[in-house]
Amino acid sequence: MFWTVTGKLLDGFALTCLIFVVTLFFSLILGLPVAFGSMSRFKPLRWLTRTFVWVIRGTPLMLQVIIVFYGPSLIWERVTPLSRMTAVLVAFVINYSAYFSEIYRGGIEAIPKGQYEAAQTLGMTKVQIFFRVVLVQVVKRIVPPMSNEILTLVKDTSLARIIAIKEVIWMGQEFIASRALLWPLFYTGAFYLVFCGLLTLIFGKIEKKLDYFKV
Amino acid sequence: MENTILEVRSLSKSFGKVEVFDDISFSLEKGSVMAMIGASGSGKTTMLRCLNFLETPDEGQILVNGECIYDALDSSTHQEKDIRHKRLHFGLVFQSFNLFPQYTALRNVTLACELLATENSDYRTGRSRIISDINSRARNLLDQVGLSDKLDSFPHQLSGGQQQRVAIARALAMKPDILCFDEPTSALDPELTGEVLKVIKSLAEVHTTMLIVTHEMSFARDVADNVVFMDSGAIVEQGPPSQVISNPRESRTRQFLDRYLE
Repeated sequence: MFWTVTGKLLDGFALTCLIFVVTLFFSLILGLPVAFGSMSRFKPLRWLTRTFVWVIRGTPLMLQVIIVFYGPSLIWERVTPLSRMTAVLVAFVINYSAYFSEIYRGGIEAIPKGQYEAAQTLGMTKVQIFFRVVLVQVVKRIVPPMSNEILTLVKDTSLARIIAIKEVIWMGQEFIASRALLWPLFYTGAFYLVFCGLLTLIFGKIEKKLDYFKV
Repeated sequence: MENTILEVRSLSKSFGKVEVFDDISFSLEKGSVMAMIGASGSGKTTMLRCLNFLETPDEGQILVNGECIYDALDSSTHQEKDIRHKRLHFGLVFQSFNLFPQYTALRNVTLACELLATENSDYRTGRSRIISDINSRARNLLDQVGLSDKLDSFPHQLSGGQQQRVAIARALAMKPDILCFDEPTSALDPELTGEVLKVIKSLAEVHTTMLIVTHEMSFARDVADNVVFMDSGAIVEQGPPSQVISNPRESRTRQFLDRYLE
Protein backbone atom coordinates (compact mmCIF):
# COMPACT_ATOMS: atom_id res chain seq x y z
CA MET A 1 0.00 0.00 0.00
CA PHE A 2 2.74 2.43 0.99
CA TRP A 3 4.42 2.12 -2.37
CA THR A 4 1.18 2.56 -4.29
CA VAL A 5 0.48 5.74 -2.38
CA THR A 6 4.03 6.96 -2.82
CA GLY A 7 3.82 6.36 -6.56
CA LYS A 8 0.55 8.29 -6.88
CA LEU A 9 1.82 11.14 -4.75
CA LEU A 10 4.98 11.33 -6.84
CA ASP A 11 2.78 11.75 -9.92
CA GLY A 12 1.11 14.68 -8.21
CA PHE A 13 4.42 16.03 -6.98
CA ALA A 14 5.71 16.11 -10.56
CA LEU A 15 3.01 18.69 -11.35
CA THR A 16 3.85 20.59 -8.16
CA CYS A 17 7.46 20.77 -9.31
CA LEU A 18 6.44 21.79 -12.82
CA ILE A 19 4.41 24.72 -11.50
CA PHE A 20 7.28 25.66 -9.17
CA VAL A 21 10.03 25.57 -11.78
CA VAL A 22 8.14 27.35 -14.56
CA THR A 23 6.83 30.05 -12.22
CA LEU A 24 10.23 30.61 -10.69
CA PHE A 25 11.99 30.85 -14.04
CA PHE A 26 9.62 33.32 -15.68
CA SER A 27 8.81 35.49 -12.68
CA LEU A 28 12.46 35.90 -11.72
CA ILE A 29 12.96 37.38 -15.19
CA LEU A 30 9.70 39.31 -15.48
CA GLY A 31 10.11 40.77 -12.00
CA LEU A 32 12.99 42.90 -13.29
CA PRO A 33 11.08 45.02 -15.84
CA VAL A 34 8.27 45.39 -13.31
CA ALA A 35 10.79 46.61 -10.72
CA PHE A 36 12.29 49.10 -13.18
CA GLY A 37 8.77 50.22 -14.10
CA SER A 38 7.92 50.96 -10.48
CA MET A 39 11.14 52.97 -10.12
CA SER A 40 10.72 54.80 -13.43
CA ARG A 41 11.05 58.57 -13.50
CA PHE A 42 8.22 58.59 -16.07
CA LYS A 43 5.22 59.10 -13.80
CA PRO A 44 2.41 57.36 -15.77
CA LEU A 45 4.53 54.21 -16.11
CA ARG A 46 5.45 54.23 -12.44
CA TRP A 47 1.84 54.80 -11.45
CA LEU A 48 0.63 52.02 -13.72
CA THR A 49 3.21 49.51 -12.50
CA ARG A 50 2.61 50.29 -8.85
CA THR A 51 -1.15 49.91 -9.31
CA PHE A 52 -0.56 46.55 -10.96
CA VAL A 53 1.63 45.44 -8.06
CA TRP A 54 -0.93 46.69 -5.55
CA VAL A 55 -3.78 44.77 -7.19
CA ILE A 56 -1.79 41.56 -7.56
CA ARG A 57 -0.42 41.64 -4.03
CA GLY A 58 -3.73 42.84 -2.64
CA THR A 59 -5.89 39.98 -3.89
CA PRO A 60 -5.64 36.24 -3.20
CA LEU A 61 -3.63 34.14 -5.60
CA MET A 62 -6.46 31.61 -5.53
CA LEU A 63 -8.84 34.23 -6.90
CA GLN A 64 -6.33 35.18 -9.58
CA VAL A 65 -6.08 31.56 -10.71
CA ILE A 66 -9.86 31.33 -10.98
CA ILE A 67 -10.10 34.60 -12.89
CA VAL A 68 -7.40 33.67 -15.39
CA PHE A 69 -9.03 30.30 -16.03
CA TYR A 70 -12.72 31.26 -16.21
CA GLY A 71 -12.55 34.99 -16.86
CA PRO A 72 -11.67 35.33 -20.54
CA SER A 73 -14.31 32.91 -21.85
CA LEU A 74 -16.96 34.47 -19.61
CA ILE A 75 -16.28 37.94 -20.95
CA TRP A 76 -15.76 37.01 -24.62
CA GLU A 77 -17.88 34.02 -25.58
CA ARG A 78 -15.77 33.08 -28.56
CA VAL A 79 -12.53 32.79 -26.67
CA THR A 80 -11.49 29.21 -26.06
CA PRO A 81 -10.46 28.83 -22.44
CA LEU A 82 -6.82 28.25 -21.58
CA SER A 83 -5.85 24.77 -20.55
CA ARG A 84 -5.94 24.31 -16.80
CA MET A 85 -2.18 24.11 -16.48
CA THR A 86 -1.59 27.15 -18.70
CA ALA A 87 -4.06 29.18 -16.64
CA VAL A 88 -2.31 28.21 -13.42
CA LEU A 89 1.10 29.08 -14.84
CA VAL A 90 -0.07 32.44 -16.20
CA ALA A 91 -1.66 33.41 -12.88
CA PHE A 92 1.36 32.24 -10.87
CA VAL A 93 3.89 34.01 -13.08
CA ILE A 94 1.94 37.27 -12.91
CA ASN A 95 1.54 36.98 -9.15
CA TYR A 96 5.14 36.13 -8.39
CA SER A 97 6.54 38.72 -10.81
CA ALA A 98 4.79 41.34 -8.68
CA TYR A 99 6.26 39.98 -5.45
CA PHE A 100 9.76 39.54 -6.88
CA SER A 101 9.67 43.03 -8.40
CA GLU A 102 9.21 44.49 -4.94
CA ILE A 103 12.15 42.50 -3.63
CA TYR A 104 14.30 43.70 -6.55
CA ARG A 105 13.18 47.28 -5.98
CA GLY A 106 14.04 47.08 -2.30
CA GLY A 107 17.47 45.66 -3.13
CA ILE A 108 18.27 48.24 -5.80
CA GLU A 109 17.05 51.21 -3.78
CA ALA A 110 19.12 50.10 -0.80
CA ILE A 111 22.39 50.66 -2.70
CA PRO A 112 23.91 53.91 -1.41
CA LYS A 113 24.03 56.77 -3.91
CA GLY A 114 27.75 57.06 -3.19
CA GLN A 115 28.40 53.77 -5.01
CA TYR A 116 26.99 55.18 -8.25
CA GLU A 117 28.76 58.49 -7.77
CA ALA A 118 32.13 56.92 -7.05
CA ALA A 119 31.80 54.75 -10.15
CA GLN A 120 30.72 57.74 -12.24
CA THR A 121 33.68 59.85 -11.19
CA LEU A 122 35.92 56.94 -12.23
CA GLY A 123 34.49 57.18 -15.75
CA MET A 124 32.38 54.03 -15.80
CA THR A 125 29.40 53.76 -18.11
CA LYS A 126 25.89 53.10 -16.79
CA VAL A 127 26.06 49.51 -17.96
CA GLN A 128 29.43 48.98 -16.29
CA ILE A 129 28.15 50.52 -13.07
CA PHE A 130 25.16 48.18 -13.02
CA PHE A 131 27.03 44.98 -13.81
CA ARG A 132 30.40 45.63 -12.15
CA VAL A 133 29.41 47.59 -9.07
CA VAL A 134 25.74 47.37 -8.19
CA LEU A 135 24.55 43.91 -9.23
CA VAL A 136 26.44 41.71 -6.74
CA GLN A 137 25.52 44.05 -3.92
CA VAL A 138 21.85 43.81 -4.91
CA VAL A 139 22.04 40.02 -5.11
CA LYS A 140 23.56 39.85 -1.64
CA ARG A 141 20.82 42.03 -0.23
CA ILE A 142 17.94 40.16 -1.83
CA VAL A 143 18.94 36.57 -1.09
CA PRO A 144 17.20 36.42 2.33
CA PRO A 145 13.83 37.92 1.25
CA MET A 146 14.05 35.96 -2.00
CA SER A 147 14.47 32.62 -0.23
CA ASN A 148 11.45 33.41 1.91
CA GLU A 149 9.32 34.14 -1.12
CA ILE A 150 10.52 31.07 -2.98
CA LEU A 151 9.65 28.80 -0.05
CA THR A 152 6.20 30.36 -0.07
CA LEU A 153 5.93 29.54 -3.77
CA VAL A 154 6.62 25.85 -3.05
CA LYS A 155 3.58 25.71 -0.81
CA ASP A 156 1.42 28.04 -2.94
CA THR A 157 1.52 25.49 -5.76
CA SER A 158 -1.15 23.59 -3.81
CA LEU A 159 -3.61 26.35 -4.76
CA ALA A 160 -3.67 24.94 -8.30
CA ARG A 161 -6.11 22.27 -7.13
CA ILE A 162 -8.86 24.94 -7.14
CA ILE A 163 -9.15 24.41 -10.90
CA ALA A 164 -8.56 20.66 -10.63
CA ILE A 165 -4.85 20.40 -11.26
CA LYS A 166 -3.93 17.07 -9.75
CA GLU A 167 -0.99 18.23 -7.72
CA VAL A 168 0.28 16.35 -4.72
CA ILE A 169 -2.37 17.34 -2.16
CA TRP A 170 -5.15 16.53 -4.62
CA MET A 171 -3.62 13.09 -5.07
CA GLY A 172 -3.41 12.58 -1.32
CA GLN A 173 -6.98 13.61 -0.79
CA GLU A 174 -8.22 11.17 -3.41
CA PHE A 175 -7.28 8.33 -1.07
CA ILE A 176 -9.82 9.58 1.45
CA ALA A 177 -12.63 9.21 -1.06
CA SER A 178 -11.48 6.05 -2.80
CA ARG A 179 -10.06 4.00 0.09
CA ALA A 180 -10.97 5.88 3.27
CA LEU A 181 -7.30 6.49 4.04
CA LEU A 182 -6.29 9.70 5.82
CA TRP A 183 -2.55 9.19 6.19
CA PRO A 184 -1.65 9.77 2.51
CA LEU A 185 -2.82 13.37 2.96
CA PHE A 186 -0.48 13.83 5.90
CA TYR A 187 2.22 12.09 3.91
CA THR A 188 2.10 14.86 1.28
CA GLY A 189 3.52 17.17 3.94
CA ALA A 190 6.75 15.16 3.83
CA PHE A 191 7.20 16.02 0.15
CA TYR A 192 6.97 19.74 0.89
CA LEU A 193 9.28 19.43 3.89
CA VAL A 194 12.00 17.64 1.96
CA PHE A 195 11.73 20.02 -0.99
CA CYS A 196 11.85 23.12 1.21
CA GLY A 197 14.70 21.58 3.20
CA LEU A 198 16.75 21.18 0.03
CA LEU A 199 16.01 24.75 -1.04
CA THR A 200 17.00 26.05 2.40
CA LEU A 201 20.34 24.28 2.05
CA ILE A 202 20.88 25.84 -1.37
CA PHE A 203 20.05 29.34 -0.15
CA GLY A 204 22.37 28.83 2.80
CA LYS A 205 25.16 27.97 0.36
CA ILE A 206 24.49 31.06 -1.72
CA GLU A 207 24.47 33.31 1.35
CA LYS A 208 27.72 31.78 2.50
CA LYS A 209 29.25 32.31 -0.92
CA LEU A 210 28.45 36.03 -0.72
CA ASP A 211 29.77 36.27 2.81
CA TYR A 212 33.21 37.45 1.70
CA PHE A 213 32.08 41.07 1.69
CA LYS A 214 29.74 43.23 3.72
CA VAL A 215 27.31 45.82 2.37
CA MET B 1 48.71 82.53 -16.25
CA GLU B 2 49.89 79.84 -18.67
CA ASN B 3 50.20 77.45 -15.76
CA THR B 4 46.50 77.69 -14.97
CA ILE B 5 45.04 74.21 -15.04
CA LEU B 6 41.53 74.97 -13.83
CA GLU B 7 39.50 78.06 -14.32
CA VAL B 8 36.01 78.46 -12.93
CA ARG B 9 34.08 81.40 -14.36
CA SER B 10 31.05 82.85 -12.57
CA LEU B 11 29.54 79.50 -11.68
CA SER B 12 26.09 79.44 -10.05
CA LYS B 13 23.96 76.64 -8.75
CA SER B 14 20.52 76.46 -7.15
CA PHE B 15 18.41 73.57 -5.99
CA GLY B 16 14.92 74.76 -6.84
CA LYS B 17 14.63 78.10 -5.10
CA VAL B 18 17.55 77.51 -2.77
CA GLU B 19 20.67 79.16 -4.05
CA VAL B 20 23.72 77.08 -3.16
CA PHE B 21 26.34 79.41 -4.58
CA ASP B 22 26.29 82.35 -6.93
CA ASP B 23 28.81 83.80 -9.35
CA ILE B 24 31.85 81.90 -8.09
CA SER B 25 35.13 82.42 -9.95
CA PHE B 26 38.58 81.15 -9.15
CA SER B 27 41.52 79.52 -10.82
CA LEU B 28 44.01 76.87 -9.86
CA GLU B 29 47.67 76.64 -10.85
CA LYS B 30 49.12 73.38 -12.05
CA GLY B 31 50.88 71.60 -9.21
CA SER B 32 49.35 73.78 -6.53
CA VAL B 33 47.01 72.98 -3.68
CA MET B 34 43.87 74.94 -2.93
CA ALA B 35 41.92 74.54 0.28
CA MET B 36 38.28 75.53 0.49
CA ILE B 37 37.05 76.36 3.94
CA GLY B 38 33.76 77.61 5.27
CA ALA B 39 30.78 76.60 7.36
CA SER B 40 28.58 73.66 6.40
CA GLY B 41 26.07 74.72 3.78
CA SER B 42 28.30 77.42 2.34
CA GLY B 43 28.39 75.61 -1.03
CA LYS B 44 31.88 74.07 -1.01
CA THR B 45 30.80 70.47 -1.50
CA THR B 46 28.30 71.33 -4.21
CA MET B 47 31.08 73.23 -5.96
CA LEU B 48 33.26 70.11 -6.02
CA ARG B 49 30.32 68.02 -7.20
CA CYS B 50 29.78 70.45 -10.08
CA LEU B 51 33.40 70.10 -11.16
CA ASN B 52 32.96 66.32 -11.18
CA PHE B 53 29.70 66.57 -13.15
CA LEU B 54 27.69 65.07 -10.31
CA GLU B 55 25.65 68.27 -10.34
CA THR B 56 24.94 70.55 -13.27
CA PRO B 57 25.72 74.24 -12.72
CA ASP B 58 22.97 76.66 -13.77
CA GLU B 59 25.34 79.34 -15.00
CA GLY B 60 29.01 79.79 -15.76
CA GLN B 61 31.89 77.94 -17.35
CA ILE B 62 34.54 75.44 -16.34
CA LEU B 63 37.85 75.44 -18.21
CA VAL B 64 40.56 72.81 -17.89
CA ASN B 65 43.92 73.53 -19.51
CA GLY B 66 42.27 76.42 -21.30
CA GLU B 67 39.64 74.20 -22.91
CA CYS B 68 36.03 74.90 -22.01
CA ILE B 69 34.60 71.61 -20.77
CA TYR B 70 31.37 73.07 -19.47
CA ASP B 71 29.40 76.11 -20.48
CA ALA B 72 25.91 76.50 -19.06
CA LEU B 73 24.83 78.35 -22.21
CA ASP B 74 26.30 75.86 -24.68
CA SER B 75 24.34 72.64 -24.65
CA SER B 76 26.92 70.92 -26.85
CA THR B 77 29.11 70.76 -23.72
CA HIS B 78 26.40 68.81 -21.88
CA GLN B 79 26.51 65.63 -23.98
CA GLU B 80 26.20 62.55 -21.79
CA LYS B 81 28.88 60.54 -23.59
CA ASP B 82 31.43 63.36 -23.49
CA ILE B 83 30.77 64.04 -19.83
CA ARG B 84 32.02 60.59 -18.92
CA HIS B 85 35.42 61.44 -20.39
CA LYS B 86 35.47 65.01 -19.11
CA ARG B 87 34.94 63.69 -15.61
CA LEU B 88 38.35 62.07 -15.86
CA HIS B 89 40.02 65.49 -15.69
CA PHE B 90 38.97 65.34 -12.06
CA GLY B 91 39.33 62.73 -9.36
CA LEU B 92 37.10 62.84 -6.32
CA VAL B 93 37.73 61.47 -2.86
CA PHE B 94 34.47 61.33 -0.93
CA GLN B 95 33.80 61.99 2.71
CA SER B 96 32.33 58.49 3.06
CA PHE B 97 35.06 56.70 0.99
CA ASN B 98 32.54 54.85 -1.22
CA LEU B 99 34.82 51.91 -1.90
CA PHE B 100 33.19 49.01 -3.72
CA PRO B 101 32.60 46.50 -0.90
CA GLN B 102 32.78 43.36 -3.07
CA TYR B 103 36.30 44.04 -4.32
CA THR B 104 39.68 43.88 -2.64
CA ALA B 105 41.72 47.03 -2.12
CA LEU B 106 43.76 46.21 -5.21
CA ARG B 107 40.70 45.49 -7.35
CA ASN B 108 39.07 48.72 -6.19
CA VAL B 109 42.06 50.55 -7.66
CA THR B 110 42.34 48.58 -10.91
CA LEU B 111 38.69 48.05 -11.89
CA ALA B 112 37.91 51.40 -13.51
CA CYS B 113 41.33 51.56 -15.20
CA GLU B 114 40.80 48.19 -16.82
CA LEU B 115 37.30 49.09 -17.96
CA LEU B 116 38.60 52.30 -19.47
CA ALA B 117 41.50 50.48 -21.16
CA THR B 118 39.03 48.24 -23.02
CA GLU B 119 38.08 51.32 -25.03
CA ASN B 120 41.62 51.67 -26.39
CA SER B 121 42.19 50.47 -29.93
CA ASP B 122 45.24 48.42 -28.93
CA TYR B 123 43.43 46.65 -26.08
CA ARG B 124 42.80 43.43 -27.98
CA THR B 125 46.36 42.90 -29.08
CA GLY B 126 48.08 44.09 -25.91
CA ARG B 127 45.55 42.90 -23.36
CA SER B 128 47.81 41.00 -20.99
CA ARG B 129 50.50 43.68 -21.03
CA ILE B 130 47.97 46.47 -20.40
CA ILE B 131 46.42 44.61 -17.49
CA SER B 132 49.74 43.81 -15.90
CA ASP B 133 50.77 47.47 -16.27
CA ILE B 134 47.58 48.57 -14.55
CA ASN B 135 48.17 46.05 -11.80
CA SER B 136 51.73 47.09 -11.08
CA ARG B 137 50.74 50.76 -11.13
CA ALA B 138 47.95 50.03 -8.65
CA ARG B 139 50.39 48.20 -6.39
CA ASN B 140 52.72 51.19 -6.49
CA LEU B 141 49.90 53.56 -5.63
CA LEU B 142 48.77 51.43 -2.70
CA ASP B 143 52.38 51.30 -1.58
CA GLN B 144 52.54 55.07 -1.84
CA VAL B 145 49.56 55.42 0.54
CA GLY B 146 51.16 52.92 2.90
CA LEU B 147 48.94 49.93 2.23
CA SER B 148 51.21 47.47 0.43
CA ASP B 149 50.27 44.84 3.04
CA LYS B 150 46.52 45.29 2.49
CA LEU B 151 46.25 44.58 -1.25
CA ASP B 152 43.92 41.63 -0.77
CA SER B 153 41.85 43.04 2.07
CA PHE B 154 38.20 43.82 1.52
CA PRO B 155 36.91 47.25 2.57
CA HIS B 156 35.08 45.89 5.62
CA GLN B 157 38.38 44.51 6.89
CA LEU B 158 40.01 47.95 6.78
CA SER B 159 39.79 50.87 9.19
CA GLY B 160 38.23 54.11 8.02
CA GLY B 161 41.63 55.68 7.53
CA GLN B 162 42.82 52.73 5.47
CA GLN B 163 39.65 52.78 3.37
CA GLN B 164 40.12 56.45 2.67
CA ARG B 165 43.72 55.83 1.61
CA VAL B 166 42.54 53.13 -0.80
CA ALA B 167 40.03 55.66 -2.14
CA ILE B 168 42.87 58.12 -2.71
CA ALA B 169 44.87 55.48 -4.59
CA ARG B 170 41.78 54.60 -6.62
CA ALA B 171 41.28 58.23 -7.64
CA LEU B 172 44.98 58.65 -8.48
CA ALA B 173 44.93 55.55 -10.67
CA MET B 174 42.81 57.40 -13.22
CA LYS B 175 45.58 60.03 -13.54
CA PRO B 176 43.30 63.03 -12.98
CA ASP B 177 44.56 66.53 -13.74
CA ILE B 178 43.02 67.75 -10.52
CA LEU B 179 42.36 65.63 -7.46
CA CYS B 180 39.41 66.84 -5.39
CA PHE B 181 38.79 65.98 -1.76
CA ASP B 182 35.39 66.42 -0.14
CA GLU B 183 36.04 66.64 3.59
CA PRO B 184 38.25 63.55 3.44
CA THR B 185 38.63 63.19 7.20
CA SER B 186 35.19 64.25 8.43
CA ALA B 187 33.90 60.67 8.71
CA LEU B 188 36.99 59.45 10.55
CA ASP B 189 37.73 58.99 14.22
CA PRO B 190 40.17 61.69 15.37
CA GLU B 191 43.04 59.22 15.79
CA LEU B 192 42.71 58.16 12.15
CA THR B 193 42.71 61.57 10.48
CA GLY B 194 46.50 61.88 10.78
CA GLU B 195 47.32 59.01 8.45
CA VAL B 196 45.05 60.39 5.71
CA LEU B 197 46.31 63.96 6.05
CA LYS B 198 49.86 62.64 5.89
CA VAL B 199 49.12 60.98 2.54
CA ILE B 200 47.58 64.16 1.16
CA LYS B 201 50.60 66.12 2.37
CA SER B 202 52.95 63.71 0.60
CA LEU B 203 50.96 64.22 -2.60
CA ALA B 204 51.35 67.99 -2.21
CA GLU B 205 55.09 67.52 -1.89
CA VAL B 206 55.24 65.90 -5.33
CA HIS B 207 53.09 68.72 -6.74
CA THR B 208 49.83 66.93 -7.29
CA THR B 209 47.22 69.51 -8.22
CA MET B 210 44.60 69.34 -5.51
CA LEU B 211 41.40 71.05 -4.47
CA ILE B 212 40.54 70.22 -0.88
CA VAL B 213 37.33 71.00 0.96
CA THR B 214 38.21 70.67 4.61
CA HIS B 215 37.46 71.67 8.16
CA GLU B 216 41.02 70.95 9.30
CA MET B 217 42.34 74.50 9.55
CA SER B 218 45.87 73.75 10.66
CA PHE B 219 46.17 71.18 7.90
CA ALA B 220 44.91 73.70 5.33
CA ARG B 221 47.44 76.20 6.60
CA ASP B 222 50.30 73.70 6.29
CA VAL B 223 49.51 72.14 2.94
CA ALA B 224 47.65 74.72 0.84
CA ASP B 225 49.19 77.28 -1.48
CA ASN B 226 45.89 79.08 -1.66
CA VAL B 227 42.90 79.18 0.63
CA VAL B 228 39.39 80.13 -0.37
CA PHE B 229 36.90 81.04 2.33
CA MET B 230 33.28 80.60 1.30
CA ASP B 231 30.25 81.87 3.13
CA SER B 232 26.59 81.57 2.10
CA GLY B 233 27.44 80.68 -1.47
CA ALA B 234 30.04 83.33 -2.16
CA ILE B 235 33.82 83.59 -1.96
CA VAL B 236 34.49 86.03 0.82
CA GLU B 237 38.26 85.95 0.82
CA GLN B 238 41.03 84.14 -0.99
CA GLY B 239 44.79 84.20 -0.86
CA PRO B 240 47.76 82.40 0.65
CA PRO B 241 47.08 80.72 4.03
CA SER B 242 49.37 83.20 5.74
CA GLN B 243 46.76 85.78 4.90
CA VAL B 244 43.36 84.01 4.91
CA ILE B 245 43.93 81.78 7.90
CA SER B 246 46.58 83.58 9.92
CA ASN B 247 45.69 87.17 9.11
CA PRO B 248 42.17 87.38 7.67
CA ARG B 249 41.08 90.75 6.33
CA GLU B 250 37.36 90.12 6.32
CA SER B 251 35.43 90.09 9.57
CA ARG B 252 33.33 87.12 8.40
CA THR B 253 36.50 85.08 7.91
CA ARG B 254 37.73 86.04 11.36
CA GLN B 255 34.41 85.06 12.96
CA PHE B 256 34.50 81.69 11.25
CA LEU B 257 38.11 80.99 12.17
CA ASP B 258 37.64 82.03 15.78
CA ARG B 259 35.28 79.10 16.17
CA TYR B 260 37.85 76.69 14.74
CA LEU B 261 41.15 77.94 16.10
CA GLU B 262 40.40 78.29 19.77
